[in-house]
Amino acid sequence: MNRYFAGIDIGASYTKCVVIDEHEAIKKFAVTQTGFDFEENAKKVLDEVSGPDGEIVRICSTGYGRKNVAFASFNKTEIACQSKGCFKVFGAEATIVDIGGQDVKIIRIDGEGKRVDFKMNRKCAAGTGAFVEEIAFKIKIPVERLDEIARSAAGEITLGSFCTVFTATEILSHIRAQVPLPDIVRGVFRSVAKRISEMDYFSKKVVFTGGLAKRDSVLSKMIAEETGSEVWVPENPQITCALGAALYAKEAFAGGPT
Amino acid sequence: MAEAVKRRQIAATKEMKKVMARHFYELDEAVKSKRQKIAWCTSTGPAEILRAMGFLVFFPENHGAILGATRTAMDYIPYANRLGYSPDICSYTTSDIGAFLKGETPLSKAYEGITSVPKPDVLAYNTNQCRDVRDWFSFYGRQWNLPVIGVSTPRSVGEVTEEFIKDVSGQMKALIKPLEEISGRKFDMDRLKKVLALSSETTRLWKACLFSASAIPSPVTFFDMTIHMGPAVVMRGTEEAVAYYQLLLAELEERVRDKVAAVEGEKYRLYWDGMPVWGKLREHSEMFGSLKASIVASTYCNSWIFEAFNPDDPFDSMARAYTELFIVRTDEVKERYMMNMFKTFSCDGIIYHDSKTCPNNTNSRYGMPQRLTEKTGIPHLVIQGDLNDLRLFSEEQAKTNIEAFIEGLSEK
Repeated sequence: MNRYFAGIDIGASYTKCVVIDEHEAIKKFAVTQTGFDFEENAKKVLDEVSGPDGEIVRICSTGYGRKNVAFASFNKTEIACQSKGCFKVFGAEATIVDIGGQDVKIIRIDGEGKRVDFKMNRKCAAGTGAFVEEIAFKIKIPVERLDEIARSAAGEITLGSFCTVFTATEILSHIRAQVPLPDIVRGVFRSVAKRISEMDYFSKKVVFTGGLAKRDSVLSKMIAEETGSEVWVPENPQITCALGAALYAKEAFAGGPT
Repeated sequence: MAEAVKRRQIAATKEMKKVMARHFYELDEAVKSKRQKIAWCTSTGPAEILRAMGFLVFFPENHGAILGATRTAMDYIPYANRLGYSPDICSYTTSDIGAFLKGETPLSKAYEGITSVPKPDVLAYNTNQCRDVRDWFSFYGRQWNLPVIGVSTPRSVGEVTEEFIKDVSGQMKALIKPLEEISGRKFDMDRLKKVLALSSETTRLWKACLFSASAIPSPVTFFDMTIHMGPAVVMRGTEEAVAYYQLLLAELEERVRDKVAAVEGEKYRLYWDGMPVWGKLREHSEMFGSLKASIVASTYCNSWIFEAFNPDDPFDSMARAYTELFIVRTDEVKERYMMNMFKTFSCDGIIYHDSKTCPNNTNSRYGMPQRLTEKTGIPHLVIQGDLNDLRLFSEEQAKTNIEAFIEGLSEK
């Protein structure tokens, strides 16, 4: 019977689960909306990844709902898990930019994967996934389509406000002035990239994770421009935190710290 | 990683509650019987002069803290906002004014028979902490048509020079004449010396209590001390305050001798800069406790250590004591002070509370956390919140920040 280790990341918007084997290879992963019942959805996502050929021997939970998963063996913060997951993927000194549903995290890790320090956004939605979701809702375009729209922009509007609600009002005035939609969407992404770049200073390499991260996307290019760093995006940028949790689960099974 | 913890009660708490109750009942009785005049005073204001002139002293900041701790502040702040007091200014001020406008006080729930805060005969401030205290007192001055007098202390002071002392001391002396008129009593220097001697002894004992936390493990946490500082704020200058801190100190010294830890299994020792989040004291105490982290020292509780008090030189020594306070000083002085504290208390980490409506008691906005971590190698965390307005505090964000910070310490 094979031994597997699971990491479950219950985020503000999505719940992610990763199962790894004893060689730390990802066997399966799943993503679902977090919804109201954290435990139920975490179970659902875990069931999806559980295979017939082995047993999950340790589970580590992380994310906002990390303490709501009774079946997890232990929990770790998303700062610790994100660091571990990203270092596993890139194995180098870097600054992680994780755009979550409700927050933005900037985590600096050294060449050995150790956390140097971390920062979260102040109590404000600017720069977070919630900001982009709100604006997408206002302009009635699914979040997934924003990147494609921004690519066709000839120009870019400047958004001046820190506040999500005021930004929505600003956008209305651009719509009234008949600014093309792609230019508005580019402006929205620029505002996210700017807010992030103002939070801290950055290493030469930035690892960009979270639901909004996508390789070669308009936003990842803008983050590179604003931070002056090279931006790396993992193959599956939404699950690096759950991967880190799975790695902690494996360590714990081997007798490491919980 | 976190387990539930039982908080270790301090036996002296019972006596402290009695001392505080007597303080409020004495004031209430004075209002009803009109036997004694009442002065309102800022917490680091000229309390000794007021006491020496026969006033009973009430401290609105203490009332502000009670509004915060009882989580009633948010019910009252909007009333002050409507009157033009912005939600961005001191939430002690806005919650206290709001409670007044609504005709309520949490004192009436805690102390049977008390229905309102004690109406004063005079309000005396010291702007050493901020301008807000003066604006706060001026509101009541206008409301009740009462005299508002006080001391305007220079702020952002580097070295406390003789010029500063002479200025502040002169302003303190100038309070005597109006206070004689209001109280109908002549100023008595011997009485002031006696009060100052008692204040000095209170402050010496309070410091000893705070510094007992330099022991490893620490017998007490910041969260305990924010409660036990009550008498040092509202009763300094009285025999009762001295007696109370003798009792508390004996208990803490016994804990140190017996190696009794406030946080069982203490692993991390932290410094807290800034105000407490009053409405979250218990939660914070339990959260840090469950992470085996003891907050052993703070800028805030140290604010009522007035080492310069000297009964043989009352005015100049009061001027010095109230001007050399941490909150009055430049970042250079503050940083030196904090570095000494980190050493004395063997701190592993620093928590800065960025209190939205209290910029004067927030030290994380001008790069100090980064500078001090660079100089000392001690990591820091800034949490966003407020002293009283819990709408400015995100529980989940703070929790994740604090847990991740302690996780980081454990991996060092």
